[in-house]
Amino acid sequence: MKIAVASGKGGTGKTTIAVNLALTLPEVQYIDCDVEEPNGHIFLKPRIEQTMSVGIPVPEVNLAQCTHCGMCAKVCEYHAIITLLDKVLVFPELCHGCGGCAYICPADAIQEVEREIGVIEKGKADSIEFVQARLNIGEPMAPPLIRKEKKLINPTKIVIIDSPPGTSCPVVTSVKGSDFCILVTEPTPFGLNDLKLAVEMLKVLEIPFGVVINLADIGNKEVWEYCKSEKISILGEIPFERKIAEAYSRGVPIVKKFPEYKEKFWGIYQAITRRIIV
Amino acid sequence: MKQLTIISGKGGTGKTTITAAFAALAKNKVMADADVDAADLHLILNPRIEKEEAFYGGRLPFLDRSLCNECGICREKCRFEAINDKFIIDTIACEGCGVCVQVCPQKAISMQENLCGQWFISRTRFGPLVHARLGIAEENSGKLVALVRQQARLIAENENMDYIIIDGPPGIGCPVISSISGVDLVLAVTEPTLSGIHDLERVVGVARHFNIPAMVCINKSDINPEATEKIKDYCQQNQIEIAGEIPYDPVVTRAMVAGKTVVEFEDGRITSKIKTIWDKVIRSFGQGNN
Repeated sequence: MKIAVASGKGGTGKTTIAVNLALTLPEVQYIDCDVEEPNGHIFLKPRIEQTMSVGIPVPEVNLAQCTHCGMCAKVCEYHAIITLLDKVLVFPELCHGCGGCAYICPADAIQEVEREIGVIEKGKADSIEFVQARLNIGEPMAPPLIRKEKKLINPTKIVIIDSPPGTSCPVVTSVKGSDFCILVTEPTPFGLNDLKLAVEMLKVLEIPFGVVINLADIGNKEVWEYCKSEKISILGEIPFERKIAEAYSRGVPIVKKFPEYKEKFWGIYQAITRRIIV
Repeated sequence: MKQLTIISGKGGTGKTTITAAFAALAKNKVMADADVDAADLHLILNPRIEKEEAFYGGRLPFLDRSLCNECGICREKCRFEAINDKFIIDTIACEGCGVCVQVCPQKAISMQENLCGQWFISRTRFGPLVHARLGIAEENSGKLVALVRQQARLIAENENMDYIIIDGPPGIGCPVISSISGVDLVLAVTEPTLSGIHDLERVVGVARHFNIPAMVCINKSDINPEATEKIKDYCQQNQIEIAGEIPYDPVVTRAMVAGKTVVEFEDGRITSKIKTIWDKVIRSFGQGNN
């Protein structure tokens, strides 16, 4: 079973929920898909056993063969290759690695070479199978890295996918294909606004979902009213407690410091399994 | 005219709260919300929309079934697994590269402009705001951010404004790069948690990569004083000025619930801290006359 943990708004507690679920459930694979800012490792402290470079194929032009016909530039939707009278300019950061230029080149002058955009790291945190990826600084495109990372999903486990914030392509790439998505929110106007956007996204993706309300005693009651009127199930609530915030700030997972919270996360999981079977 | 982008790496550290407070404090400015896939600034600035435009961010392929003979070459050449065995194009997986169009021997596929979202020019109680709404699960957020910034710039030039204040998105990827490219200063808002520090270092790395000066603001600074010290050490080692510290205070959430900026809502310690930060920001622009 693949459970994604997402939220429209950042900083609502995705990683907290994902990490504590991973520590509560048996036979878990934790995958951190927030490749721009991965934080799960701070809490799970995995032993990394394998690091893999991830690249995308970008064009390399053999000028001796190039006839400067301009076909490559014409088919590139991303303006990542431009032909001039005597040279060809490639803008690797704009290239999506589709291979269109190499395919179209009538002179067979374009070869594709891998350009690294990030790394994937695999390891173990006690019995948890741990996977994370890190986008290199200055690289714009997270989705190709997330797609490669998700190839490492182990279907024999309960897979917890820690997603980035927002509702655009990196998030969609992360949550796509999940059996269920937990949307983490906080009961504030920003939390509610971004929850609504995330709900719309999951409806488009046709993924069943439920809500966890974090910092449940701050803000106002509108998140509950919204969930009630939209018939969205609330899987659990985590109160604001200074001791939790302090443990978080030190990279200590809630259930490690306060084992009584395991029951709460177990309850969230049970609420999910009930939803998936029904 | 000076441009400032508020970023954070990690989400939820208080970017929008601080941007909104700056909107209330700064004179003669345009605001731009560059967090186009989860915009929140409008919830506080309560904009009156004056202009609304469609955003076409790229093109997507459309298959003409009557021409398709299901040869499968498009599926084979698509690197994004966006065409399934029933020859239905998954527009969410599709990156709009157009390779399918090139390879189709039947010429059954064509590219069409894709409506990816909307952008708005609005008036608020603090002046003009340019904001946008990226369509659900759409791509090209970086392009939309660039468009929002370009519109904000036009307004700033026409109305002879001193500042453009840009509320940035979380992360370090394309919309972030687009929101900071060419600005005069980024203010990175962090919090004293291990996650906050980790993410701060990465986002400051991005600013450095593009040669943009950065300042740091430590929000909720009393949650973990040790970690606050760590952030200060990091900033000192890397010669980054700390614009200020803001303690944790529930008044921030109360102001948000009331739909107000903190500086309108209270005249206490949080407001005074944010004022100091804004003063440091304008001083770093080299014009202390605002």
